[in-house]
Amino acid sequence: MIATIIQRAVMQGTPLLFGSTGEILTEKSGHLNLGIPGIMYVGAISGVAGAFLYEQSLASPELLNPILAVLIPLLCSLVGSTLMGLIYCFLTVTLRANQNVTGLALTTFGIGVGNFFGGSLIKLVDSDVPSIALSATSNAFKTELPFAHSLGWFGEIFFSYGFLVYVAIIVAIIASFILNKTRIGLHLRAVGENPATADAAGINVTRYKYITTSIGSAIAGLGGLYYVMDYANGVWSNNGFGDRGWLSIALVIFSVWRPSLSILGSILFGFLYVIPTYIPNITVSDKKLFEMLPYVVTIIVLIITSMRNKKENQPPAALGLPYFREER
Amino acid sequence: MSKMNKLYFKTKSHIVKRDDITWWKAWIIRVIAVLLAMVVCGIVTVFLTDLNPIEMYITMAEGALGTTRLVWNLIQNTAILLCVSLAVTPAFKMKFWNIGAEGQVLIGGLATAACMIFLGEKLPTPLLMLVMVITSVVSGALWALVPAFFKTRFNSNETLFTLMMNYVAIQIVAYYTLEWSMPKGSGTPRTLEYGQLPVLFGQKYLINILIVLVLTIVAYIYLKYSKQGYEISVVGESENTARYIGINVKKVVLRTMAISGAVCGIAGFLLVAGTDHSLKSDTAGGRGFTAIMVSWLAKFNPIFMILTSLLIVFLQKGASKISEVYRLNSSFSDIITGIIIFFIIGSEFFINYKIKFNKKEENK
Repeated sequence: MIATIIQRAVMQGTPLLFGSTGEILTEKSGHLNLGIPGIMYVGAISGVAGAFLYEQSLASPELLNPILAVLIPLLCSLVGSTLMGLIYCFLTVTLRANQNVTGLALTTFGIGVGNFFGGSLIKLVDSDVPSIALSATSNAFKTELPFAHSLGWFGEIFFSYGFLVYVAIIVAIIASFILNKTRIGLHLRAVGENPATADAAGINVTRYKYITTSIGSAIAGLGGLYYVMDYANGVWSNNGFGDRGWLSIALVIFSVWRPSLSILGSILFGFLYVIPTYIPNITVSDKKLFEMLPYVVTIIVLIITSMRNKKENQPPAALGLPYFREER
Repeated sequence: MSKMNKLYFKTKSHIVKRDDITWWKAWIIRVIAVLLAMVVCGIVTVFLTDLNPIEMYITMAEGALGTTRLVWNLIQNTAILLCVSLAVTPAFKMKFWNIGAEGQVLIGGLATAACMIFLGEKLPTPLLMLVMVITSVVSGALWALVPAFFKTRFNSNETLFTLMMNYVAIQIVAYYTLEWSMPKGSGTPRTLEYGQLPVLFGQKYLINILIVLVLTIVAYIYLKYSKQGYEISVVGESENTARYIGINVKKVVLRTMAISGAVCGIAGFLLVAGTDHSLKSDTAGGRGFTAIMVSWLAKFNPIFMILTSLLIVFLQKGASKISEVYRLNSSFSDIITGIIIFFIIGSEFFINYKIKFNKKEENK
């Protein structure tokens, strides 16, 4: 039972972990990308579209090549979400638009794209299937390690996931390493803390902003892909992704801008998400109050970090502020 | 030295801030942006629906203006969006990024609904109305004061704080929607019979529209001509200047956020008592976020906001007509809205800056 709860918490937490790792990288470059929810939708639907077209092109589902079935959606998802990141960068960095407004517009746009293609893809390609159910692709994504079930609870907790869960954790660890231990990370943090100083030190601020925001978007998009392919068994439902995009942004604050902490944070958030289902006699309305918990916890963390005012736990100093070289 | 020179001269162009731009030039740029956006939307639509673009815009216009009922619907939706936009504007002018309007509207609506349910039978209608307005305004203001308090006291990040508060509000409202639904727990929101806003001249939404119209004028005067409005602009331009000339910045921040939340509360009141006569967790319907774009696109000018909110509501209604006619998903309107906003946001660059191409002679 406990093993199952932990397993489900990890599965719930994985999209959030992808989202928050992507958003942390973006925020470290000084950009508060509120387009993350939209980007995650686009990441999901691009993968779905890729997988759908691939499955449709096959004569029968048995012909599905598992490696292609994973690679095609993965690639489509990365391309889709990177494009979204580039739209954001072009508007905020090159055209110097307001970050909050651009981000919110991107979220409107992205969720629109996700739901629109999710609801109309079948009609648009004149297919005769009743709904998008990519079970073959989903099975490829969900392939577990062969010894997962022979190890009892240990295997259940650590090995019973599709590969994207491990990717999420590895990406978070790599991001954490790059941010804290490499020169690139140091430069990136300089850009987010004080772009003028970074610029004076010879760091190409624009390039750093573009690259990290694009990579961050690509990572966040994978969260959407994981959700639809693995968690939702390849079945697209409109708005099924829910508010997980905003939860990812909450998780960024919760983990005080540290990808390594957000691994644990994502499991905790996932835990808060699944716990109501295990409470006996809980009413539907009480469940709603439980869904509030991650946000309340995040607000408390936000308050505590700002009260304690420790330098290392603060948002990047230039977060949300535009940087124009000429206007220093 | 020589390396620096080379680096400098290599660039083919550089960007210069415009000192000032005549208003008509700015508007030409904006109109061009909207036209370009419409061309792109047209291409996207044609690609997806095989319509010709002119037909598409005719269908859109029909969807938004086809019948009298649709026109009233359009104006009413514009009015509500405008109301939320008016609410967020003072905070934005102060550079306090209040993206919690969604939650503030919902809390205002929740307070209204609570009054309608628990006091509906007990109080005479005029008194009930008064209580409804007061509670929704006060609860909206209090909800907005929470992040403002922590901002002024501990300098916590207001963007993230207000964003999180939205989802707390949404879940609270979802909880009460279920608790109050008829029959209890069914999820069908209860129709609130007592305390509905009166129908003026046979038009259900007229009173909403009139209230928002008055609010727009008041907001315009408040921001442009009052002392408090001036203080808001000074704090927004530079907090240090504000402090130097003796403005109590904390007080201004708290007061402005209270006003912002209060107007959101009014929007919630109008939505629950005037439009829907029920409360759902999507009563605000994303308007709290759309309002931010409306306000920003109008450069925080309440009068221009009438235009920008009308534009956005028109697009949404029109695009949902297209998706209805061609049996596509209704989220089509979000795509169209997104594209148009991208273009308008982008066009601001060309209003604020100009690109100067470096001449060749300079390079030598």
